[in-house]
Amino acid sequence: MAEELNLSTVNDMYYDVLKEIGNIGAGNATTAVANMVNLRLDMQVPQVRLMTLQELPTAVGSEEDLICGIYLEVTNDISGSMMFLLDLHSARFFVDKLMGTDDPENTNFGEIELSAIKEIGNIIAASYLSAIASLTNLVISPSIPYLAIDMAGAILSVPATEFGIYGDNALMIETHFGDEYNLNGYFILMPDVESYDKILKALGVAL
Amino acid sequence: MGNMIKIGIADLNVCKSPDAVTTLGLGSCVGVALYDKTTHTAGLVHVMLPDSTAIRNNTNVAKFADTGVPELVKMMEKQGVSKRNLVAKIAGGAKMFSFSDSSKVGNVGERNVEAVKAALKKEGIRIIAEDTGLDYGRTVEIYAENGEYHIKAVGKPLKVI
Repeated sequence: MAEELNLSTVNDMYYDVLKEIGNIGAGNATTAVANMVNLRLDMQVPQVRLMTLQELPTAVGSEEDLICGIYLEVTNDISGSMMFLLDLHSARFFVDKLMGTDDPENTNFGEIELSAIKEIGNIIAASYLSAIASLTNLVISPSIPYLAIDMAGAILSVPATEFGIYGDNALMIETHFGDEYNLNGYFILMPDVESYDKILKALGVAL
Repeated sequence: MGNMIKIGIADLNVCKSPDAVTTLGLGSCVGVALYDKTTHTAGLVHVMLPDSTAIRNNTNVAKFADTGVPELVKMMEKQGVSKRNLVAKIAGGAKMFSFSDSSKVGNVGERNVEAVKAALKKEGIRIIAEDTGLDYGRTVEIYAENGEYHIKAVGKPLKVI
């Protein structure tokens, strides 16, 4: 494949398209999560960041900061995976809202709370993907969510490895939602190279 | 106390006593530490994928087990280390998420560990300690002074191998 998509040479148009996908996906996800916790959450325009693999482990803070990572595999018309990252403060906020507790400083999560975080991740990721699916007319099926709370470097080594199969760059979408509450979420969509092509073709971007 | 030299993902470095080399938050990646007690020299490579020949974009040799290990050996030899004095300690290769079996990176941690072992065997370097697998991240430090390999994980006591 001569014109294989290489993330380091993504031209401006592709970049805009990927940004728009991120925008719509994140918008949809924010609405879903706002409905779930019954709050009005504002969303800023997401930042699309193209970075080197070396930068990825520190993209959300220091490598040793604890974060929540929710990982889903994606199959059907496109294949790959996606990851949604949430800092512990934001995870706690959502857990409290969902379970009617108020314990903002507590970042030790019990069994039920972990399962609530998984569900939040599931809803966010699924609504993100469904926005992309309806935009592109592609069938995109997410797997069940997998959750890990660990050092950012260790969690981000998973997407870094997936991007590493294709090159030395990674693409991340950073979303801030709820100005009032200062909540941060990060999306990393990792379609395989063929799937990138499919998404772009489905959107009418000629390769 | 010497300097702590930090390496990133798909990166490598060597140091002499009293310095140490560290890498933060190893997940499925493997931190291969080499040590020579006669010259008090240590080296560390942070590999993320097992096999450079399976991938087209393979210019960064430190990214792969099969090329990263020999590169680190070369770097240590440049520091005046004789290969036959080297011993290895390895850590990492975790499975961070309980992926399905079909996942492309599901067992990459395990494959990284196997590939590192094969690469070390090819170089004729003995593994004297390892802390690999399971499902959590690790920060590692290799000390050139005594060859101690320190492993830190969230909610666990410091492990020295």
